[in-house]
Amino acid sequence: MDSKKYLDDISQIKDLMNRSSRFISLSGLSGILAGVYAITGALVAYFFLLPQDDSYVVIHGWNFKLIVGILITVAVLSFVSAYLLTTRKAKKNNEKIWDDTTKRLLLNFFVPLVTGGIYILIKLNSQHYGLTASLMLIFYGLALVNASKYTIGTVQYLGYTQIVLGLICAAMPGYGFWFWVVGFGILHIVYGSIMHFREEKA
Amino acid sequence: MGLIDNINKLFDHRIRLGIMSILMVNDDVDFNRLKELLDVTDGNLASHTKTLEKADYIKIEKSFIGKKPNTKYMITRLGKEAFKKHIDALEHLIRNQE
Repeated sequence: MDSKKYLDDISQIKDLMNRSSRFISLSGLSGILAGVYAITGALVAYFFLLPQDDSYVVIHGWNFKLIVGILITVAVLSFVSAYLLTTRKAKKNNEKIWDDTTKRLLLNFFVPLVTGGIYILIKLNSQHYGLTASLMLIFYGLALVNASKYTIGTVQYLGYTQIVLGLICAAMPGYGFWFWVVGFGILHIVYGSIMHFREEKA
Repeated sequence: MGLIDNINKLFDHRIRLGIMSILMVNDDVDFNRLKELLDVTDGNLASHTKTLEKADYIKIEKSFIGKKPNTKYMITRLGKEAFKKHIDALEHLIRNQE
């Protein structure tokens, strides 16, 4: 009896457990891009749309609508790049992108995210926008943690970091914009790079 | 007690070991998904699932999605225990040979 065969058995077990339950083709590059879009969007909003003096953004005003427009553009661009880059990576690894694991991953991701989105919209409609950045970070973090059991480890830690950041943000009113930039911009770039370099090594 | 005693003969086969590994981490998996993950033919997969079912290690649930028959596989509690024992035995063997 040689232990080589048993070692092969173990690595086969591990490989099948991962492949059958985790979506491993998530691309780190798409994280970096999402961060870049978020920072670009925030810069545009900061210099052109946010009130420079003591006035404030009025709900249903023109600049409020543009800010929402920027947010939607950033989100759509991030999803499109994630989709394209991940499909490319899956093809390279000879994996199917649309299987049971992907469906579970997306469902687990979107339930907290959509809940948070609707909640924020309801709050905005009743003029409560002070906690918007904090709520976005917290719900996004929860979505990541929830989806992370179906994907690679980095995503989980990104989720925890976003939740913590969102909570700190809630305790420091007035700095929402900067917390948003750190969470959606810088953290995406940092974690995306970690993932990307791990992929390169693998 | 010999070390080999805990090695489960039923799992001493690549495809059966694969089926069990997949079912350990998924609530239920259908026939086509198993086939795709393990890269085996229909007949081959069917004969191995039957063997595991006879040992009460897995459960088979047949249903229809529209008009298409759908077969789902699930691990039983007995199967889970047997598989864990098998993994422990493998670990033991490898450790003792080093």
